[in-house]
Amino acid sequence: MSIILDHVSHIYESGTAMEFAALKDINLVIPDGQFIGLIGHTGSGKSTLVQHLNGLLKPTDGNIYYKGADIHDHDFDKKELRSKVGLVFQYPEHQLFEIDVFTDVCFGPKNLGLSKKETELRAYAALKQVGLEDDYFYQSPFDLSGGQKRRVAIAGVLAMKPEVLILDEPTAGLDPKGRDEILDQVAKLRRETGITVILVSHSMEDVAKYVDRIIVMNKGQIFLDHEPKEVFRHYKELENIGLAAPQVTYIMQALKAKGLPVDMDITTVEEAKTAILKALGR
Amino acid sequence: MGIIKTKDLVFEYIRRDEEGNVEGITRAVDEVSLDIQAGDFIAILGHNGSGKSTLAKHINAILYPTEGTVWVDGMDTSKEEHLWEIRQEAGMVFQNPDNQIIGQVVEEDVGFGPENLGVPTKEIWERVEESLKAVGMYEFRKYSPNKLSGGQKQRVSIAGVIAMHPKCIVLDEPTAMLDPNGRREVIRAVRALNDVEGITVVLITHYMEEIIYANKVFVMDKGSIAMEGTPRKIFSQVEKLKELRLDVPQVTLLAHELKKGGLDIPDGILTTKELITALGL
Repeated sequence: MSIILDHVSHIYESGTAMEFAALKDINLVIPDGQFIGLIGHTGSGKSTLVQHLNGLLKPTDGNIYYKGADIHDHDFDKKELRSKVGLVFQYPEHQLFEIDVFTDVCFGPKNLGLSKKETELRAYAALKQVGLEDDYFYQSPFDLSGGQKRRVAIAGVLAMKPEVLILDEPTAGLDPKGRDEILDQVAKLRRETGITVILVSHSMEDVAKYVDRIIVMNKGQIFLDHEPKEVFRHYKELENIGLAAPQVTYIMQALKAKGLPVDMDITTVEEAKTAILKALGR
Repeated sequence: MGIIKTKDLVFEYIRRDEEGNVEGITRAVDEVSLDIQAGDFIAILGHNGSGKSTLAKHINAILYPTEGTVWVDGMDTSKEEHLWEIRQEAGMVFQNPDNQIIGQVVEEDVGFGPENLGVPTKEIWERVEESLKAVGMYEFRKYSPNKLSGGQKQRVSIAGVIAMHPKCIVLDEPTAMLDPNGRREVIRAVRALNDVEGITVVLITHYMEEIIYANKVFVMDKGSIAMEGTPRKIFSQVEKLKELRLDVPQVTLLAHELKKGGLDIPDGILTTKELITALGL
């Protein structure tokens, strides 16, 4: 069991007029190797939750365990935790700063105190993992496209060799191809390395396509926690909390209402195509 | 001449190294000519770096053409005497709502624009009221913007632009940072501005399903206009859009896939209703 949250609550500005309970009694088990989608409307507590997973925020109540050890014990190595649980923030390309791409990706492992050789090997491997071509390695990160910059930023976290990778809206502001490229790379990385991935997203279509478990947050609590098909079966409840099912799920419901015998729990275009062709006897 | 017209518009960035020496020139907009009529709902698509935002920034004179001309309501944007009038007539809404809101209270924020235009106080309050009503945010007029959701903040930003009484509003990825509900709210508000108020809308977006209501779509690539036409015409060309790093709405993609699977379905299906009809259900 990789990460366990035991009755975790977080209250901002406790005891003041601004007091706000961002997390309320969260219990969660995140096993090794899962691909998890974390969804919820703006202000539902997603970002507060992920910042607890690598100890950036401390729960005001409750405990968090990483591999069985309480991360807020006085003898727990937080620096080690932060290299093992890698967090990629929203718009991570704003954090690029070095003179060239390769040097930027070296920054993290260098600060872990690794040798120059090990640092460079890791940076090279990380840039390969995000699918950036060698031609770009010695360019300024600021001359790259939006999607490329974002991949460099993700490589900077991967170079720390994390066991858990948390991506907070990694595709916001990217063009459709850029969105697919980033998520395809992450899915491939996970297949090849068995890394745990937590994807915070506002795109229902993306989570339906990639993840094997969805955690839905609402008002600081876990609203649903199931495999994608089960979660999107509750589409009415999702709408009530500002979310939705993927567009294709609504299409299939409309077709079913018109008498086409198809399953109701379809969440991707590929599944929809197969189901419609089958229902029409093709 | 339409409300927005560009002729052979070229915009070049000069890239410099750390010492300030010129390294090269990037042509971000390359000979774009377009003519947008008053009351149109225009969508601009294009991958990251295709020149969409650079083009948009010419419409309210944030950028001036390197070559060619841009006219807004007949005024040449490169003439300084037109600057304030152009900025008032062509309002702009950006991606991040937090960078656009300055007031402590929603209604003060919306009143900031007309106040700077020197509008009399009584009329400012009338404009604030009508603008907030137009985007469905009137009941939040006494709120602090900090207490609003992303979609609500973005609608306040739009109200702030409407209060200037623009003829045209340019929205540069207004929904990129919003959750599904916020996206719906903003698009609904934008459509109402166009339908009800008759304001010309130029919407830049990466979300394909947001543009099906546009009368005309321009697709940009390498600074030029690569495709133009109605949403149906544009979305009939699924493979070409994919080459340009774009996509189509899921219903269009599904119809396209079904056609490839042997069903007799027309190209460019835009809504579920059209798909139902095409399937003969």
